[in-house]
Amino acid sequence: MLDNLDNINTILATDCGSTTTKAILIEKRDGEFRLIQRGEAPTTVEAPFEDVTMGVLNAVAEVGELCGKKLLDENDRIITPANGSEGCDIYISTSSAGGGLQMMVAGVVRSMTAESAERAALGAGAIVMDVIASNDKRRPHQQIERIRHLRPDMILLSGGIDGGTTSHVVEIAELVAAADPRPRLGSSYQLPVIFAGNKDAREAIKDTLGNKVDLGIVDNLRPVLERENLHPAREEIHNLFMEHVMAQAPGYSKLMEWTDAPIMPTPGAVGAIIKTIADIEDIEAVGVDIGGATTDVFSLFRPEGEEGVFNRTVSANLGMSYSISNVFAEAGLPNVMRWVPFNMDERDLRNRVKNKMIRPTTIPQSMEELIFEQAIAKEALRLAFIQHKSFATALKGVQKQRTIADAFEQDSSGATIVNMMSLDMLIGSGGVLSHAPRRQQAALMMIDSFVPEGITRLAVDSIFMMPQLGVLSSLHPKAATEVFEKDCLIHLGCCVAPVGVIKKGGVVLTYSIEMPDGTVSGKLQHGEIKLLKLGLDDKGQPRSAKAVLEPMKNLDLGKGKGNKVETVLPGGVVGIILDGRGRPFTMPTDENLRIESLKKWMRELDIYPAEALDR
Amino acid sequence: MAHSYTPGLKVSERILVTKRRILPLKGEVMAKVGDKVQPDDVVARTFLPGDVEPINVANQMGLPPEDIAACMLKKAGDAVEKGELMARSKPLFGLKWFASESKSTLTGTIESVSTVTGQVLLRGKPLPVEVTAYITGEVVEVFPEEGVAVSAWSGFIQGIFGIGGETYGTIKTVVENNQTKLEEKHIDESCNGCIIIGGSRVTAEAIKKAISVGAKGVITGGFDDKDLREFLGYDIGVAITGSENLGVTLVVTEGFGDISMARKTFELLKSNDGKMACINGATQIRAGVIRPEAVIPTDMDVHAKDDADAFEQIGLHVGSPVRVIRHPHFGRIGEVTNLPSELTVLESESKARVLEVQFEEGEKAIVPRANVEIIES
Repeated sequence: MLDNLDNINTILATDCGSTTTKAILIEKRDGEFRLIQRGEAPTTVEAPFEDVTMGVLNAVAEVGELCGKKLLDENDRIITPANGSEGCDIYISTSSAGGGLQMMVAGVVRSMTAESAERAALGAGAIVMDVIASNDKRRPHQQIERIRHLRPDMILLSGGIDGGTTSHVVEIAELVAAADPRPRLGSSYQLPVIFAGNKDAREAIKDTLGNKVDLGIVDNLRPVLERENLHPAREEIHNLFMEHVMAQAPGYSKLMEWTDAPIMPTPGAVGAIIKTIADIEDIEAVGVDIGGATTDVFSLFRPEGEEGVFNRTVSANLGMSYSISNVFAEAGLPNVMRWVPFNMDERDLRNRVKNKMIRPTTIPQSMEELIFEQAIAKEALRLAFIQHKSFATALKGVQKQRTIADAFEQDSSGATIVNMMSLDMLIGSGGVLSHAPRRQQAALMMIDSFVPEGITRLAVDSIFMMPQLGVLSSLHPKAATEVFEKDCLIHLGCCVAPVGVIKKGGVVLTYSIEMPDGTVSGKLQHGEIKLLKLGLDDKGQPRSAKAVLEPMKNLDLGKGKGNKVETVLPGGVVGIILDGRGRPFTMPTDENLRIESLKKWMRELDIYPAEALDR
Repeated sequence: MAHSYTPGLKVSERILVTKRRILPLKGEVMAKVGDKVQPDDVVARTFLPGDVEPINVANQMGLPPEDIAACMLKKAGDAVEKGELMARSKPLFGLKWFASESKSTLTGTIESVSTVTGQVLLRGKPLPVEVTAYITGEVVEVFPEEGVAVSAWSGFIQGIFGIGGETYGTIKTVVENNQTKLEEKHIDESCNGCIIIGGSRVTAEAIKKAISVGAKGVITGGFDDKDLREFLGYDIGVAITGSENLGVTLVVTEGFGDISMARKTFELLKSNDGKMACINGATQIRAGVIRPEAVIPTDMDVHAKDDADAFEQIGLHVGSPVRVIRHPHFGRIGEVTNLPSELTVLESESKARVLEVQFEEGEKAIVPRANVEIIES
């Protein structure tokens, strides 16, 4: 943290992605921090440039040109601290270039210490290449072969609660030693291995691995079964990311000298900002970043009123360009096509998907291509969220004391903590959501894939600046939250969706909403979507409206079946979406009815131009 | 100002191709600068550490882990044969049949003996790894203990997607023009050992026939996803290929579907009929992109200077030959006639920077810049 935040007026931040380096300039104007300009340039980590700073300077130069501010000096160095109207007070950066941080984790029991280790690595922003555990059903030589083959950037080794097993965790260390793994980048240094397991095993671990790897030891990430202590391991991962991984990537040693805070892995930074916002607002939030190759899902839930539990998952092969073919393969053609309001030729579709895979930077030119691409996005998001729900669980292996009152509860240790009814906010990010030509397209993509229940706020990241704000939140939380609220988030509105089995054709909800131009009352029928437009105020913040919502007797809107909900609904650039399609949501199986229903929903929300739906 | 360009696939009649042939671990380099090499020549060699097999000797012998050190007949670093005795416990009352034993399960060395876990790690014999020259050419650089760089003035074609690894063979054009579909009927026994050149799409039957007659590779304009699944036996999720071993290497130059090979590419291949081509189907469309390729080496002196040496990737400009790489004009080839700088609203309602292209047939269209690639030469 900087000594005197009051002197900070100009902040420059970059995010070095695999293909594009994005720069933003933030300035304090009239007492508040606002985004002033953004710019981008191709990332230059790979040949022929092999120096990440070239891309950074190009992106910064673009920002400078666009806002008429001198940010670079004659020697092409970022001017910092600011000198009058030139330069910036802070320069920070995140990075996922060169494939991001790739880790392998290991633990004794797959669903306990190994899973905690996986959570620690994912939370630090890593891609977890594999999880090795004593009980992962692979034979030791297969595990060794795998460790040797993968060449991770670092390994996180855990296992055993403090005072528990030592022999099993040393056995895993022996496998790592036998594999003699080499780091992915550069062969001149030893592979970093972090041990965060049973403290009684430390000496034996040192004996086993000390000479073969660069061993770091931190507190046990699962000191007792009932508690995780992931912070020390995550800190160490970030330190090693800077010291080893980043230092090996071309140009990064120079970039590290320029920044005022350590360079963070991009997903780690996105997680940090989502966690910060959820904590400040005291809400439960889910964030998703759908990229070309991977989809990251972040969540913060407060099960049983506990302190917020943060989780992040990376669906490594679910994305909209490099991995689009995999989405198609995993979801299956019928699941993708159920979101398309017309019929298309299968052979042609399959070839189009493969052509997008091999030429990942292309964009949909025709409306038909856009509709098809957004259908695939819904499936990518749906599959990524399924993976997230199965990972974001209460700790496994914990014994729960039960009373007779719990006898009919189905909860068990390891149940998901993702609760769609208590979820307050869903934030979307990534090209297909942030750059959807109509904002209501982003809203519907999120509703159809995440299927929110009850009342849920919807927002998208305007230009994908969450990474930069994430790293800024560690340095200047006020600036980060102000820009996040005012310039980063685009409030779409909210979704109101009663939960429960709905009789066909019946009324599902009666509503009375005090809109700015008068109260709107009505009945929402089963299978119907309604949009009530409630936009932004003069300051660009969402308007709100008092509402009385009465679900039918077997339906729940958050206060129990049939109970009336009196609340304030937030609007946004889309508005209030009343979704009567049912939870669980099922698509009509009859082909004609499906197409007819899709068109009805899309027309109501004005998702696509009428002529595109009338084809 | 940020420099933006639309990278394309290289197609060149003559370019100095240099291939780095590097070992996965340090080893011995078998060639020196100036050596003339053929595709099959081994230029570097090393040994990968052998496979590791852990044996829990303590469990096998019914002893606590800390006791096994005293029972080991071999120590870390010792060589062992398969079935050889590694450890024996002290006999009870001097009776040898009460002694327990542990034998090696492979021939190799003892890697380690752990008194914490009771585990003995055995390492098998080192596995030899060899790197060949891949192309006909001259060794121009040696990286000590790592490998070499081999150069040759060559015809060079970059494909968009491929299957299978490095191979070489004689170029044999079996279709009339770049628009002809490559079918089973075009392939016969004379294609044995050859790189077959097709026009537009290649059918699954044609690929099977190519394998059956012993062809080394197929270069074609398009391929159908349905045929790819049939050919591989599974659906490709992400484009990382090259390790398939299906009996033939495939290089697709344009994309999926019924799409003709660019005329220039076809003419270049056809003009080299009967010459040797070295091809590789390995594709990786991620950071560190790898495209499949065909290299047609010539015997021109690698130290000769040539205008073609000035090969440089330049940006889009009016007159650039481009290929449209997405619907609705997918596969069509033309020339850039205008590059408006302002953002344009597309039919999809997205805003994007566009260009105007005049197709070979004379018709003009507006296309997002992201949806074209430069045909480089």
